[in-house]
Amino acid sequence: MTEVPRPAGQADPKLLEILVCPLTKTTLEYDAARQELVSRAAKLAYPIRDGIPIMLPDEARVIEG
Amino acid sequence: MASPPRVFDRKLLAVRRARALRAARPGADFLLERVAEDLLDRFAAVTRHFDTAVEIAGPTPALAAELVATGRIGRLFRLDWTAASRPDAVADEEALPLAPESIDLAVSVLSLHFANDLPGVFAQVRRALKPDGLFLAALLGGDTLTELRQSLAEAEAEVTGGASPRVAPFAELRALGGLLQRAGFALPVIDQDRVTVRYANALELMRDLRAMGAASALHERSRKPLPRRVLLRAAAIYAERFADPDGRIRATFDIVSLSGWAPHASQQQPLKPGSATTRLADALGAREQSAGERAISSPAKRGRGTAEGGGGGA
Repeated sequence: MTEVPRPAGQADPKLLEILVCPLTKTTLEYDAARQELVSRAAKLAYPIRDGIPIMLPDEARVIEG
Repeated sequence: MASPPRVFDRKLLAVRRARALRAARPGADFLLERVAEDLLDRFAAVTRHFDTAVEIAGPTPALAAELVATGRIGRLFRLDWTAASRPDAVADEEALPLAPESIDLAVSVLSLHFANDLPGVFAQVRRALKPDGLFLAALLGGDTLTELRQSLAEAEAEVTGGASPRVAPFAELRALGGLLQRAGFALPVIDQDRVTVRYANALELMRDLRAMGAASALHERSRKPLPRRVLLRAAAIYAERFADPDGRIRATFDIVSLSGWAPHASQQQPLKPGSATTRLADALGAREQSAGERAISSPAKRGRGTAEGGGGGA
């Protein structure tokens, strides 16, 4: 949050590198259009609101498949 | 695996913290300031650079800013329970969203005492750290708020004939040290600092606790608010038993500081017993004496073995 200013609403790429699904600890897919981080293993999509990834299973959208 | 008991209502904690941030009562964060300063001192003593750092459940952005200002951190990401503190990501440290061996430094101040599963949190932090990564934390423990706990329990028993948990349980220093080791941290260091804060009365103390976002969030708490009669009686008991001669009351905060490293081959390791090449007696310039006639068997050998550091392999 401290150095490079990023465009509002965009998650920091360096941060996305270290984030995983909090439930399964598996890698996440970044859906830039929907502003979501998708965990295929947990079948959950974590929202990114105002550039802040909300990594709480309770706030995530359940996905099909 | 059986899930750990749910002591704290984590969602309520997030709401409380967001509310406390909005209200931002000046002066109420004195404890946080003091603990942050101490953590910065401990960080200053470690002379190396940390590429990627994470602050876990940081109540305010202040500590992160000061850590980055040291120039020894590449990037620092703040995780918090609520978006209200403008963290880099919202996360619950009980389900830490960090990849294995992805960070070099993890810090946390005055939050981990709200964890339901502290062993689980330590294990997750340890896994997220790269080898030779550092974990620095401070949390409330020991006899924190013992005066308030006693006064409330006694007042409630007197007025209503029963008592319900009102003040959170806190972890013991020794237990925390053991947990760090069990989570696989090397070179664990643990330390306790007692801060006694004086207030005009118990009600003022409780106002401050709310301003810190630290009002009771016990899962099994009574859902009914504390009756006013109980509150006033508790304040009276507090004033009777825990006041200084000038009438101001004392509140204890035990701050437990801990640090540990993710193991790495470069760290100091204990030597194998019997591997010493120098006799202790030579190093001390002392004349070696046998254990004497009272020793039961082979006194000379046992004496030497001890000097050589353990006497293994005899």
